[in-house]
Amino acid sequence: MGIEYLLPEGSIVTTTLEKIVNWGRRNSVWPCTFGLACCAIEMMATSLAHYDIARFGSEVFRPSPRQSDLMIVAGTLTKKMSPMVKRIYEQIADPKWVIAMGACASCGGIFQSYAVVQGVDQVIPVDVYLPGCPPRPEGLLAAIMKIQEKIGKERIHGRPDIITEEDIKKYCKERNIKIAG
Amino acid sequence: MAKAKDIIKLIQKKFKKDIISAEEFRGEAVVKVKKEKLLNLCEFLYKEKKLLFNLLVDVTAVDFLPYDRKPRFDVVYILTSIDNEHRMILKTEVDEGEKVPSVYHIWKSANFPEREVYDMFGIEFEGHPDLRRLLMWPGYEYHPLRKDFPTKGYDFEQTWDPETIKENVIKF
Repeated sequence: MGIEYLLPEGSIVTTTLEKIVNWGRRNSVWPCTFGLACCAIEMMATSLAHYDIARFGSEVFRPSPRQSDLMIVAGTLTKKMSPMVKRIYEQIADPKWVIAMGACASCGGIFQSYAVVQGVDQVIPVDVYLPGCPPRPEGLLAAIMKIQEKIGKERIHGRPDIITEEDIKKYCKERNIKIAG
Repeated sequence: MAKAKDIIKLIQKKFKKDIISAEEFRGEAVVKVKKEKLLNLCEFLYKEKKLLFNLLVDVTAVDFLPYDRKPRFDVVYILTSIDNEHRMILKTEVDEGEKVPSVYHIWKSANFPEREVYDMFGIEFEGHPDLRRLLMWPGYEYHPLRKDFPTKGYDFEQTWDPETIKENVIKF
């Protein structure tokens, strides 16, 4: 943090658990490697040296959804691809965030067609919608900063997407799944 | 390299009765044949030394619904000869519900294009080894490139549910 060396030896700093956890999460949002169309090219450009996504702690594009926190849906989502997107989203461990990158992912864009999903929010929940066709790398960086802002405000208790025991029981009851024990 | 005129001449010599039309268009031969004789003609095009069409570039179709033509579809085959360096376009007419013989046993590359035509136009190919939908998912009801199909489809206003695609197209 830069000021700790000015403190006398043996000092302690007090903070809330929420703040320190959010600080950690905010500055290491690892995106999932997932490109669907031309927006993915901009996403790659963002990760390279000129725009340098590493300044925001998001340079580690993980090849596995199980190691990532952020899903950047970069491009046109066709209906045939939608089950895979949903599956990858479900495989990301909580907490997780989603950026709908570009016009196609946000609302279908120019593809008013029978084959294209008109916005990924019909398939998975979206945190930040990023306009543009395709958005410039600065746009993606702005979206990541928005995500960071959102993470900074998050509460540990009462997260809306946390799964409780009651939720699991309700889910199993709806689908006639027996719970062992 | 045979010119379009020579190609047409060679075909007409052998299949005089079965050719519906044969013309030259922008330096390429365009031949329309009755679908009963399609396989015979294809075999001839494949084997004849002067023609030797050994590459099937693409299979596609045209829907003539707005023109109210009786055989509704044209199936179009684009052929190339690598050895003789010439091309031609072969067409055949087919009506709704009728079947076209598959040319898979002459050109293996007909496999996917014929599946695509079946998917997009609903034209069935007789003798195709694996006639499934190629682009749309299994269980999809319509054939999107038919002229009576709206561009946006029938469920455009509804929220899309990925569970609609029940069978996973790519097996994990």
